[in-house]
Amino acid sequence: MNFSLTKEHEFVRKMVREFSVGEVEPIAAEIDKEHRFPTENIPKMARYGLFGVPFPKEYEGAGGDNLAYTITVEELSRVCATTGVICSAHTSLCAWPIFYFGNDEQKAKYLPDLASGRKLGGFGLTEPNAGSDAAGQQTRAVDMGDHWLVNGSKIFITNGGVAETFVVMAMTDKSKKTRGISAFIVEKGFEGFSIGKIEDKMGICGSSTAELVFQNMKVPKENILGKPGDGFKVAMSTLDGGRIGIGAQALGIAQGALDVTIEYMKARKQFGKRLVDMDPLRFNIAEIATEIEAARLLLYKAAYHKDRGEPYGQWAAMGKYYASEVAMRTTTKCVQLYGGYGYTRDYPVERMMRDAKITELYEGTTEVQKMVIAAAVIGK
Amino acid sequence: MAFKIVVCAKQVPDTNEIKIDPVKKTLMREGVPSILNHDDANALEEALLIKDKYPDTHITVISMGPPQAKDMLIECLAMGADEAVLASDRALGGSDTWATSNALAAVIDKLGGCDLIFAGRQAIDGDTAQVGPQIAEKMDIPQVTYVSELEISKDMKRITVKRALEDGYELIEIDTPCMLTAIKELNTPRYMSISGIFDACKKEIPVWGAADLGVDVDKEVGLDASPTKVFRSFTPAPKGKGEMLEGETECDLAKGLLVGLKSKHVI
Repeated sequence: MNFSLTKEHEFVRKMVREFSVGEVEPIAAEIDKEHRFPTENIPKMARYGLFGVPFPKEYEGAGGDNLAYTITVEELSRVCATTGVICSAHTSLCAWPIFYFGNDEQKAKYLPDLASGRKLGGFGLTEPNAGSDAAGQQTRAVDMGDHWLVNGSKIFITNGGVAETFVVMAMTDKSKKTRGISAFIVEKGFEGFSIGKIEDKMGICGSSTAELVFQNMKVPKENILGKPGDGFKVAMSTLDGGRIGIGAQALGIAQGALDVTIEYMKARKQFGKRLVDMDPLRFNIAEIATEIEAARLLLYKAAYHKDRGEPYGQWAAMGKYYASEVAMRTTTKCVQLYGGYGYTRDYPVERMMRDAKITELYEGTTEVQKMVIAAAVIGK
Repeated sequence: MAFKIVVCAKQVPDTNEIKIDPVKKTLMREGVPSILNHDDANALEEALLIKDKYPDTHITVISMGPPQAKDMLIECLAMGADEAVLASDRALGGSDTWATSNALAAVIDKLGGCDLIFAGRQAIDGDTAQVGPQIAEKMDIPQVTYVSELEISKDMKRITVKRALEDGYELIEIDTPCMLTAIKELNTPRYMSISGIFDACKKEIPVWGAADLGVDVDKEVGLDASPTKVFRSFTPAPKGKGEMLEGETECDLAKGLLVGLKSKHVI
């Protein structure tokens, strides 16, 4: 048993925190208010390796691991949940499945651009009638001999309007249900690919959440990821890892809210006393801090097992479920601790509260996480 | 033949986090995080910019300090330096600027010399701005302090620097090998990179003691050999509160100001 971070991981936290405070925090409120994608920060994040943390250097990754990646998303999200999810969706949901399930040619073709951050990635699974019930895919891919012909659409796709590479699920054999789903690597430039509706959201407002529309989209034969029928497995494994990323985002939001709230409470005086000196309020902080640390331990445990090549899906689901609820509880309490000021856009906690809610919804709702956890604990 | 740059760096307490002991009036260093001295980060950044432009550049960061200064050197490696050396030894403890420059000059000698020594203008803890220039004197090479801009010739033999002064600047050409000290206007230091961190943590950072450096512990380094001694550290008494003038109009305020200044014989 060892709960200490290695030197590498301590430095990753220091580095990403410095980067986040220097480059991300100054525009966090603005991109939220203007619903603007933080385009200017993408090359900066790429330069410092933030888009390829867990991938080997031979693919232009940073040569780090999943724990370093978890810390990266956590620290970005501590100041800006939008920036956290740009990194998380790109890394966990697009680059990772290509790295893990791709053949040598696919990895050589797609991974360097993704891991270096020259191109952003996204992941297309959700459809209007296939949310938590991912098996209800209606997007279809037909084998045309020399290519796949794909028709359908995907909704709520993170990085949808800005990514250039996507991992997309489509039904190749409806009779086989989940075993008839296949995964494809799709480029934005493919004939028949277009961006549909851009969502107007409650939180993570700077993130580009879009509909992907495929109208007779031609996908080269060699772009199938794994074998025909592997899609559901690819999607579920990808989401296992994605949950660590979203859990880390939730953790970061909660930590960020706690940090700014403590600073506020040190400065704010009522009844002749600083808020930070009032016992009932101190107890609130104690509760929040304890929950955040528990969430962190669960998530780091998931990342630790993933780094060791051990099963981690149960820990990832527990971590994501718990951290997202902690983020929601923490940010709600922090708005309360700020009082009326917390409800205004002059302070960051209202944004954090709006951002926190999404972590209970995407990459598997809390209910889906509980299904995964119960199946692991009780048995199927 | 690689262009060799040595950057002198110091680990210092983060002055933003420092508290003064109310009784002893000395710095409370316990629990205060240590950081790479700001001006030294500018020096390293400029060396890295030269390396970005001329990849056949080799950067070694050197420091003298306690063993934990290694963390600061890891940070320098993670920013992009090629190697780092720490001079650390009880015999070096208590060195003043003269003794420190003796030790650092010995490190540079042991490294086989270099084409350019880059130091920060001064450290935020001691504020002396002496170590860099003293290294140059000791090594008998030319120096320019307070460098705010720099252009190196293609043959790497000549550097044009802009030297910032209080009331203007000087443009100076200097031949390599030489010593320059950086000020914060020179550049904005880069962050560490993720891949740099994972590489840096695998690198070995040699620790050289007085014996490795071949310095005389009685005459060249350490507390006893230091010609200057700290007599007392104290916090200057805070200045009195300024006087706020009140008045209905700007004219009233101006009058009040004139009367006040005249009564104090300022004008």
